[in-house]
Amino acid sequence: MADEDITPSQEQSGAGDEEHAERAVAETDQPAAAAQAQADADSAGAPPATDVTADEVEGDAAPLDAEEGELLALLETQLGDAIIDQADMFGSLLVRVRPDAWRRAAEVAKRDLACDYLSYISGVDWQPAPREGDDVGGDSSAPVQPTEMTYGLTGSAGRFQLLAHVQSSAKHWGVTFKTDVDDASPRADSWVSVYPGADWHERECWEMFGVVFDGHPNLRHLYLPSEFEGHPLRKDFPLLARSVKPWPGLVDVEPMPEEAKEEESKEVAAAAEGGEGE
Amino acid sequence: MSTTDTPMPRLPELEVDRRAWRHLADAAVGVELDTGDMILNLGPQHPATHGTLRLVVRLDGERVLAADPVIGYMHRGYEKLTEVRSYPQITTLINRIDWLSSFANEVPFIHGAEKLMSIEAPPRAQYIRTILTELSRIATFVLFLGEMGLQLGALTPAFWGFRDREHVLNLIEGVTGGRFHPNFNRIGGIKDDLPWGWINETRNVMKIVIDACVDFENVLAGNEIFEARTRSIGIIPGGLGAAYGVSGSNLRASGVDWDLRRDGKPYLAYPELDFKVWTHPDGDSWSRYWVRLQETRESALMVLQLLDQLPSGPIMAKVPRIIKVPEGEIWVETENPLGQMGYYIVSKGATGPFRVKIRSASFSNVSILPWLLRGVYVPDVITILASLYFILGDIDR
Amino acid sequence: MIHLAVDAGWGLTLGIKTVIVLGLIPLGALILGYTFLLKMMSHMQSRLGPMEAGPHGTLQLVADGVKFLQKEDIMPAESDRYVFAIAPAVVVMSTFLIFIVIPAGPKLVVDNLDVGVFYALAVSSLSVVGVLMAGWSSANKFALLGALRAAAQLIAYELPLLLAVVGVVMQAGTMDLQGIVGAQANGSIFGWSGIGNPFILTQFVGFGLFLVASQAELTQTPFDMPVAESELVSGYMVEYTGFRFLFFFIGEFGTAFAFAALAATLFLGGWAIPGVTNTGLMEVLGPIVLFTKLMIVAFLMFWVRFTYPRLREDQLQALAWKVLIPVALANILITGIFKVAF
Repeated sequence: MADEDITPSQEQSGAGDEEHAERAVAETDQPAAAAQAQADADSAGAPPATDVTADEVEGDAAPLDAEEGELLALLETQLGDAIIDQADMFGSLLVRVRPDAWRRAAEVAKRDLACDYLSYISGVDWQPAPREGDDVGGDSSAPVQPTEMTYGLTGSAGRFQLLAHVQSSAKHWGVTFKTDVDDASPRADSWVSVYPGADWHERECWEMFGVVFDGHPNLRHLYLPSEFEGHPLRKDFPLLARSVKPWPGLVDVEPMPEEAKEEESKEVAAAAEGGEGE
Repeated sequence: MSTTDTPMPRLPELEVDRRAWRHLADAAVGVELDTGDMILNLGPQHPATHGTLRLVVRLDGERVLAADPVIGYMHRGYEKLTEVRSYPQITTLINRIDWLSSFANEVPFIHGAEKLMSIEAPPRAQYIRTILTELSRIATFVLFLGEMGLQLGALTPAFWGFRDREHVLNLIEGVTGGRFHPNFNRIGGIKDDLPWGWINETRNVMKIVIDACVDFENVLAGNEIFEARTRSIGIIPGGLGAAYGVSGSNLRASGVDWDLRRDGKPYLAYPELDFKVWTHPDGDSWSRYWVRLQETRESALMVLQLLDQLPSGPIMAKVPRIIKVPEGEIWVETENPLGQMGYYIVSKGATGPFRVKIRSASFSNVSILPWLLRGVYVPDVITILASLYFILGDIDR
Repeated sequence: MIHLAVDAGWGLTLGIKTVIVLGLIPLGALILGYTFLLKMMSHMQSRLGPMEAGPHGTLQLVADGVKFLQKEDIMPAESDRYVFAIAPAVVVMSTFLIFIVIPAGPKLVVDNLDVGVFYALAVSSLSVVGVLMAGWSSANKFALLGALRAAAQLIAYELPLLLAVVGVVMQAGTMDLQGIVGAQANGSIFGWSGIGNPFILTQFVGFGLFLVASQAELTQTPFDMPVAESELVSGYMVEYTGFRFLFFFIGEFGTAFAFAALAATLFLGGWAIPGVTNTGLMEVLGPIVLFTKLMIVAFLMFWVRFTYPRLREDQLQALAWKVLIPVALANILITGIFKVAF
């Protein structure tokens, strides 16, 4: 396995709006981006000797190692321009494909990359969750997320993205695929014809995000009762437990025996006073 | 958010009366006898389903024509909950996904968070984490070895399984303070060091476990009736299993030589260990039992190795007081006792993650049931469920 | 006839006999249940078993009995009420009927029928009807599955049971159980009459068959498909609670008691100690001797029960029809040949 230690310089310095602007723009400008990445790497201090191949990623995310480079090359021969972006995710290849090539990506992975194992299919909702802390005694303990919408490693065209990971049991490598789905009516091709295990993952994805899969034999609820309305993992779907009962809930503490007697006597005294007062 | 803009899903495949589908649990005998096939609800309360799994099977006599697992009775909404929790709080939560081997659930998540923060836990912490992971693997598997016999009718090995598991749970309690949900991992290391005398105690317990494996092999694996009940039952072809996402011992019992401890990205102290990955070519229920039996023994040997190689040093790296994980995404997967477990963590620099996708092993293991259960007898359904070894918390998250 | 100090009339002896038989079943069930189910099984499983009720938990089953008696009598709404109520009684009734012919001493038998063995095996098969009644009337699919499995199993294993005993009958020359006991006590092995001629020595195949078949008749593991706990959760008994379930429980262990007594009588020599001909002494010792022998047989039966997993229905049937019956027939053939030759 090639060296995948992440140096602090790559991690912290890049994290900012600058990186995202770069990624969003520099789609096809590979040689220039490669040069820029080199310059970035040089300026950020000497990174450890990673195998930097010709297919270097634009922006200043970590460069792909040998295995990832090989995978990407195989994918590019088959998918060509269906690949919008790729990134190295701590030693694992992340590829974002065009929505119309979603199923084709699966077929290519299964056939050419020997990825016979489907790990999961899921989704991401990039919209920041509405802050509940300032409202009706809501949840002030939840971590505060940034309020602007950012899109992660390979960017996104909109709010919803599909995510899938496949691996090869023989070659022990894997790829993560991402694709965009339409925000207003999310649809995607089903992977069931390629990986039968996609059946349940896609049912869960539909149930949680509302993404409809074309070609799925029977898209129905998996976890939730059949009359359930709404798609829970969308960010605008409230965490029902927190709406029903404000956090941290009713703190119901039974007093210790000595305290109980004290309280009792206090209550009696208060009742006596109250009776007199009325 | 309403569902008016998404199409109405079709009804499930079993062509039954919609009324009967709603109230299958109450269906009287008379209704189903008209059709000649019988619809039987195995669960959600049933001793063989390991929890609240509901299998709606259509039977012809004792033969299964179609099976449809209905899950979600234990759905706790983990992925939604992680959006409102900080990283240490999530560690407490995810303990409870697979409750039999709870320490192992924390490991990939902590590993992912540490990688995002570019923190590396010191070697001693990694070793102790590995020891505890292997101990939880032994605890889970020893229970499986006894309890699969129970599903098939052998009462005694089940008690032996519980008894030997107690030894291991005592060990885990000795270190972490908790038998089932240790919540011992911290980002950057572990909470406490090993107590005095624990290493010797562990060596003794590993010897007990290795002896217990011999007992199980004699009483169950070699028993003619057990073999008659499990050989050639529930055969999962390796390629199909992988396409469904079946992982762990189930896939290795189908001949696929793949173990993330050896073949995946290096994590914990596994790169420094010398161990064998067990596979079996048959892919039936017996081979799944046999593979787990061998893996239990192998885990005990691994723990002994780890104890011999245990380095000294700190158990916690330098970590800021308030954990804020920098922006990034990571996918981590590990070889958990039930299979491959993975976390896809999306962080936006806050004290808690933005999105966590939990890939749990049993979810995919159970998804093969509709394919696997066609044409088997009802007792074989029980055998197959027992041999696949899923935990409801792992399926439903 | 039981010889009492006073020669009692017909009605009184009938009354005494009834009381003794009625008391014998629960008592036998209690003893077997305590020894084997509570204590032997627990010790095999590395645990102590009940220790609280009575010394070493001896009164645990009594406590359980009282608990069952005070439970609510629940009947499923869709069940067939009368059939549901009567089914346990039918199952237990067949157990009572077996005890009529089992001798415990030279004169200690309720009624020594000439066709003792035939009668005992015939009435033991009446329990199938009770099981079917229970399963059908419960209005529960699991119960129905269990009852149908039980019916197939119990009928299939009647044959090996019967054929195993045919060898014994041929050797003894008689079907009545006192005669069989006598043949064993007074017989001799190649001239040496030291221990009589317990038929287990020559009929060991028959003994093995009888044990296996009686295990199946009692629906005990490895033949407990009808009550497969991990599948059908008590099978045909699943809807029964309280007093009715107690009936089934007593019936199960009572029948085990009866079959163990039958096996002891047919194969181990019954109440007789070879060489002791003092009738008065044997009237007292006989029951004790019989009890000891039947506990040995029951030990074997329960030992197998708590160790082996269960066979699947079709494997069970294959075992009965393809293995046990041919072996039993071969046993009869060989016994016949030896009987004529020697």
